[in-house]
Amino acid sequence: MDALSSLPDEALIDELQRAAFSYLVEYTDADTGLVADTSRDGSPCSIAVVGFALSCYPVAVENGWMARKDAAARVLKVLQFFFRSTQSDQPDATGYKGFYYHFLDMKAGRRVWQCELSLIDTALLVAGMLTAQCYFDRNDEREIHELVETLYRRIDWRWAQNGEETLSQGWKPECGFLHYGWEGYNEATILYILGAGSPTHPLSPASYSGWSVTYQWENMLARDVLYSGPLFTHLFSHAWIDFRGIRDTFMQIRGSDYFENTQNTIAVHREYCAHNPGGYAGYGRDFWGITAGDGPGDSEMRENGRDRRFFGYMSRGVPIGPDDGTIAPWAMLASLPFDAKAALAGTRHLLTAYPQVCTRKRFASGFNPTLSGAGSGWVSEGWYGLDQGLLVMMIENYRTGLIWRILRGCPYIRTGLKRVGFEGGWLTPP
Amino acid sequence: MTEGPTPLPPKSHSENKLLDYVRPVDWHNPEPRNPYDLVIVGAGPAGLAAADLAIRLGLRVALIERNRLGGNSLNAGTVPSKAIIHAAHAYAAKRQAEEFYASGFTEPGLNFGAVMARMARLRTRIAEYHSAGRLQTLGVDLFFGDARFSGPSDILIGGTRLHFRKALVATGARPKPSNISGLDQVGYHTSESIFELEELPKRLVVIGGGPLGCEVAQAYCRLGAHVTIVQNDPKFLPREERDAAETLSRSMARDGVVIRLNTTVVGARLQGGTKCLDTLNNEVKDCIEADVVLLSIGRVPNTEALGLDIAGIECDGAQGITVDDFLCTTNENVYAAGDVCASDKFTNVARSCARMAVQNALAGKEKRQSQLTIPWCTYCDPEIAHIGLHAWEAKKKSIPAKSFTVMMHDVDRAILDGQDSGYVKIHVKEGTDTILGATIVASRASEMINEISVAMSAGLGMRELSRVLHTYPAQSEAIRMAALAYCREAAFS
Repeated sequence: MDALSSLPDEALIDELQRAAFSYLVEYTDADTGLVADTSRDGSPCSIAVVGFALSCYPVAVENGWMARKDAAARVLKVLQFFFRSTQSDQPDATGYKGFYYHFLDMKAGRRVWQCELSLIDTALLVAGMLTAQCYFDRNDEREIHELVETLYRRIDWRWAQNGEETLSQGWKPECGFLHYGWEGYNEATILYILGAGSPTHPLSPASYSGWSVTYQWENMLARDVLYSGPLFTHLFSHAWIDFRGIRDTFMQIRGSDYFENTQNTIAVHREYCAHNPGGYAGYGRDFWGITAGDGPGDSEMRENGRDRRFFGYMSRGVPIGPDDGTIAPWAMLASLPFDAKAALAGTRHLLTAYPQVCTRKRFASGFNPTLSGAGSGWVSEGWYGLDQGLLVMMIENYRTGLIWRILRGCPYIRTGLKRVGFEGGWLTPP
Repeated sequence: MTEGPTPLPPKSHSENKLLDYVRPVDWHNPEPRNPYDLVIVGAGPAGLAAADLAIRLGLRVALIERNRLGGNSLNAGTVPSKAIIHAAHAYAAKRQAEEFYASGFTEPGLNFGAVMARMARLRTRIAEYHSAGRLQTLGVDLFFGDARFSGPSDILIGGTRLHFRKALVATGARPKPSNISGLDQVGYHTSESIFELEELPKRLVVIGGGPLGCEVAQAYCRLGAHVTIVQNDPKFLPREERDAAETLSRSMARDGVVIRLNTTVVGARLQGGTKCLDTLNNEVKDCIEADVVLLSIGRVPNTEALGLDIAGIECDGAQGITVDDFLCTTNENVYAAGDVCASDKFTNVARSCARMAVQNALAGKEKRQSQLTIPWCTYCDPEIAHIGLHAWEAKKKSIPAKSFTVMMHDVDRAILDGQDSGYVKIHVKEGTDTILGATIVASRASEMINEISVAMSAGLGMRELSRVLHTYPAQSEAIRMAALAYCREAAFS
């Protein structure tokens, strides 16, 4: 690990990006093309991870890690899987109404764990499909284009509204739509934009504004931010869409944009960790990344008269919490496009002080140095596909802007953005 | 164990004393002095506040109560619950003993009977102010019995007819009954009986994650019961913002409350003498065992058997008596106030609306209930208090809002008190310093919110609030810190 931390910035980023991409290759099923949620034995596929993988193949091609025809073949395989998969209201189907279940069996491709038909994870999958469609656009790659067109057009976004203005978080054949909705700003921006952009079953015009009315524009820790606690909510949609200079009504009023908002949020996260009100081990201006991720599990500890309570996999946030001293080691580097200096300083500090968070040059999902009973702190076992995929995309956007550039050319993204009220910047006709 | 109009039997000296105040056993209703300027039906917080004001206005007043003076608030709700919550809070403070006193602290044992006796003693003390004797001394004609309108200007109590110029209906509300299959047979408590338990239950299941359900769950858990709370929504306190509800959820979990969100109780049965509640979480079935069950799923207005139709008073079973903005019913001589007609079923709202109704009915005023700025609080730890608009409510009214947030872990006094969980969030109309509302999550939120209430009522904005000196250290300093953040931001914009 010393060798890694001693590399200059460009080389360090290269190494970490390529290692992250290798997860997506290593944990892809050869028959279905589905990608495992985690590296742990028996892990099912997460459809969101497939979406990240589809978005990363162009990165691999452009960086010379994979031949274009090999990448296209991988893309085609998984698209064919989804095209042929069972779409029905049966509890063991792969999807319904064009949406897909959150977790699928890696081999059979059917629903597992009685999980939900996930709207946001379908959106992340579809964002990846559209990325591949736009990139693999040669004549001999025509099937990719057509499959994505079919798969995107068949999604019934209007059905997912269930007669309401806004979207719930999912549906189950056993109980219908989930009670959970989207309240406040979060990672769902990409979901609403893709739903609005549909040429066949678009979300109703008031859907996005119905959601954004729950946003909270806040001044906290001396910064104005559109508040959402977990860091990943400020990153996911940005992996695909370049929000620099384009604004919806909410941001027009505030004279800001979503890119700048993520920058300010990162500043709030760093300030919070420097202040470290919970007194957690390790926290500092170069030790941050409080977000959704794996955690030590439900346990309690008493330290210096303070009750410590730890959580398993959950969405952690700043400054309101929850915060149990666990960070996501990948999150700082995934913030490269927004604050490269902070991202690199934090990543370097992490690699130097806590090299155990990075094995085979891949970052673990969670790390908690406060849990001293575990020796040098608790480290999540193995790797999570979402983390690796996001990292590949964000590093590429920082270096070349490749994914952002590809999706600027996606007509459905452009239409979706315009329909929900974005304008200006690169959306302005030349 | 289910609710009913019959007073619970007295159990102690405190209870006997309480009855002397709120329902004297040897009470004789007075001879009517018809016609009355004002007849008030119901002597809960609204009825008592109305009687107090009407007497001060020099009016001839009759007050009718079918049960106990003080209503639910005094006898079975706000007052007893807060006494028990405080005892639970004090008992839970033992957890901080290691921090305060290092090691060697002996955990005190709990005498649940003493907790309940203290509650009964304090309730009796508070009841004295509302006693039948005091009302009689003030000149209120107090009648105990079931009231029923017999015409647009007449009310019957048994065989006694009262004739009125104006009347006020303030009969309150009662716990919503069970619609869960088998629960009636298994037996359950409501807010009207849960504070009368003589023994701490080993296993308590609370159905409903509203304010009362959360308060009872946390308090009884802290006193040593194994508590499970079941809420059919994905979060507690549906009226509060998500962060506040989630902060409370984490706090309850830290105390040891077992939390079952998004879960519905679909049936209840007895199994070997144990209560079993069948639950459904999405499609997953489960069973929770309980010794005591509290049903806390809301309240329904008391409008039955009042003869409202005879007096031409419209009412809706769920919403209660229909009133206009001046609290007048569809009978121009009859007003209503409190839980029987209000969507905000709080003691402070009941009292304010009752005074408003009296002024509108008899003093020629035109006071509108829509002008009230209502603070409320859920008395868990941390407390969750709110006033005015939420940010999303402002946006729905097309008012651009910005929130100024100060974390309690940045407030010196909160740190010193070991009460640094929570935040103050003040919503301001963008481009102005007008306060639209606020949410406070803090150990003393119920006190702190009143500073915002004063500011909003007096029309003070964030600039003036920033200039108000606070004692140091004080948890309410968080409010000034938010106002100062506004001023800093305004200076640069």
